[in-house]
Amino acid sequence: METLINEIEPQTTANTLLQGLGNALENEAIYIFREVVAQFEKPVLLFSGGKDSITLVRLAQKAFWPAKIPFPLMHIDTGHNFPETIAFRDKLVKELDVELIVRNVQDSIDQGKVIEETGKYASRNMLQTTTLLDAIEEFKFDACIGGARRDEEKARAKERIFSVRDDFGQWDEKNQRPELFDMLNGTIEIGQNVRVFPISNWTELDVWSYIQKEDIEIPSIYFAHKRNIFLRDGLIWSAEDDVVFRAEDEVIEERWVRFRTVGDMSCTAAVLSKADSIDKVVAEIRDSKISERGARIDDKRSEAAMEKRKQQGYF
Amino acid sequence: MNVLKIATAGSVDDGKSTLIGRLLYDTKSLTEDKLEAIKKSSEQRGYDYLDFSLATDGLVAEREQGITIDVAHIYFSTPTKSYIIADTPGHVEYTRNMVTGASTSQVAIILIDARKGVIEQTYRHFFINNLLRVKNIIVAVNKMDLVDYSEDVFNAIKKDFEALNAKSTYGEQIVSYIPVSALKGDNIVDKTDAMSWHSGNTILGHLEELEAQDVYDSGKVRFPVQTVIRPKTDEFHDFRGYAGKITGGSLKVGDAVTVLPSLTQSKIKEIFFFDKSYNEAYAGSSVNITLEDDINVTRGDMLVKTDELPKIEKQVTATVCWMDSKNLVPGTKYIVQHNTNRVLSKIDSINSVIATDYTGAQENKNKLSLNEMGEVSIKLSKPIYFDSYADNKSNGAFILIDAQTNTTAGAGFIN
Ligand SMILES: Nc1nc2c(ncn2[C@@H]2O[C@H](COP(=O)(O)OP(=O)(O)OP(=O)(O)O)[C@@H](O)[C@H]2O)c(=O)[nH]1
Ligand SMILES: [Mg+2]
Repeated sequence: METLINEIEPQTTANTLLQGLGNALENEAIYIFREVVAQFEKPVLLFSGGKDSITLVRLAQKAFWPAKIPFPLMHIDTGHNFPETIAFRDKLVKELDVELIVRNVQDSIDQGKVIEETGKYASRNMLQTTTLLDAIEEFKFDACIGGARRDEEKARAKERIFSVRDDFGQWDEKNQRPELFDMLNGTIEIGQNVRVFPISNWTELDVWSYIQKEDIEIPSIYFAHKRNIFLRDGLIWSAEDDVVFRAEDEVIEERWVRFRTVGDMSCTAAVLSKADSIDKVVAEIRDSKISERGARIDDKRSEAAMEKRKQQGYF
Repeated sequence: MNVLKIATAGSVDDGKSTLIGRLLYDTKSLTEDKLEAIKKSSEQRGYDYLDFSLATDGLVAEREQGITIDVAHIYFSTPTKSYIIADTPGHVEYTRNMVTGASTSQVAIILIDARKGVIEQTYRHFFINNLLRVKNIIVAVNKMDLVDYSEDVFNAIKKDFEALNAKSTYGEQIVSYIPVSALKGDNIVDKTDAMSWHSGNTILGHLEELEAQDVYDSGKVRFPVQTVIRPKTDEFHDFRGYAGKITGGSLKVGDAVTVLPSLTQSKIKEIFFFDKSYNEAYAGSSVNITLEDDINVTRGDMLVKTDELPKIEKQVTATVCWMDSKNLVPGTKYIVQHNTNRVLSKIDSINSVIATDYTGAQENKNKLSLNEMGEVSIKLSKPIYFDSYADNKSNGAFILIDAQTNTTAGAGFIN
């Protein structure tokens, strides 16, 4: 049998979780998952179908083996999905034999709780918050596990691993709990809940390298494919599926593209790419000069876009 | 050693955030869109240079005031290592956030403004790094561009710091001195002609050369149980695994272990990491352990080697860093979280408030206020199984949770 050495140093006082590349991040994430299950009564994993949440699912599997993942997955469905991700989601849930909860932004719109945005930059990304908060209340979830990473955005870089939200889902960024050593404090009052970020310390490249190393299956839109697209503000938008608003003077072209993130289609732009395998994608990310969120229009709305959304309960 | 965790320290405006921004820029870790955003913000603010602190000061309030309020975690990598830097605030008011950032780091970069030299905040932050036993310290004398890159200025500051270092209670600490200009990028990643008199390393050069023994102390193996894994499936009908993260040293199949607090003894039967079993696992591994005997083990318990028992007591004395706006006073109750174990506790006495300027104990006010440090005696309703922080970092630290507000109110380092 082998010895489990995470490229680490024997004889370490592990006040820190990180003691080796890749594997150390994995160990940290597994540790966090187990704290969630031990400290909360009703956790849920927010599953978007994107690579980060797929990575989370793999880590959860590792944390509890040989038992099943001990919490449900929940998809807040904007209705603007890439069809591939939905098929992928359903297959994964079946394989893992876990419960999937789906709540639809469309329902929140129909109930008059939120109003659909209109115009060129219309997106359902902001509307998700209402649907999410309603679902948290409906199921009385006390911990929502998500795949956000600190390297994604400057306001995210400030967020704790256990991030406490009030009854309204609000993030009080100036008054966060100190998070010392690797001790996580998930004590909350009724009505509050905690957003948990097990891959906080991973970078985009770490996630891709992990997917590569673990041979994790991901939706095909992450790989280069031919697609009808149009250009706006220097970003590449999908002209298929009629989800993204396109003005008449915005011309459709066919190009080789792939997606680096898979959010709501209406705010997720593609990148030109010929990377049609995981090895090529990893190589491309390594050399990339643009950040992952550079292709997300929701962050470009203002300098403080993310912080504002999070104060309102956005994931 | 391929992931290194670093925290910055130093007073307000000493250039911590700028230095990190510089590290990112000079290692080409800032993507074009992020750089573009920094350029735009710098222009909007009317600066005639790039304000790299904008790379890390992510909150609106921080950008408005040009200061750091809360810890930001920043990531970059070189072909040698991945770096995680905690950019901490320099303002006294946010000392607790500085402690938070330092608590998870292996290296500290303490910045000093070359024009101001060693000041009160330098004392405080060095003291905190001593207390936390951060082994590797880089003293970066910054803003050398504003003192004509003077070797004399640098040497004078170095001398002052060495005098401070002589008072440190943590002997194994390694201190290095580097003159830099974070703004101009001198000695951050690249060497500079402006200070050819400095024969030592650049900041990055120093970090790149660090090896495991430069940042770790050794300790005994401890295994706090996080949760019990019982699949209850046909295939694993009787499986009962104890999930947790190994700290300190390593555990092997066959090791004689004692479960705390019950003192029940057994042997390690299997060590799983996911679905593979191993015969030995080292510190940092999140494993799932089964025992030879069918005994009762729950969350909060700890497995240790039978010949390496820690102290098991209902009374501890610790240096506490206070992080709450409500003062810590004797007679009050808090929850002690020590690893995965939570125990209700009562503050027995506050024995001293510690002056962070190395002049010894301050007058004892019998209370600790926000950002103060002191020696505190705590009575516990149930025993905890601990080592002194000096012997074992992960088993010698705890947090205090306010039972009313649920917030993390303080951090303790057991004597
Ligand atoms: N001339 C000069 N200015 C510098 C240098 N480093 C930083 N500064 C300036 O000093 C000011 C403060 O820099 P910051 O990086 O925000 O300081 P900080 O230490 O992060 O401050 P806090 O986080 O609030 O404690 C900014 O205006 C910087 O441009 C340097 O090497 N030379
Ligand atoms: Mg700063």
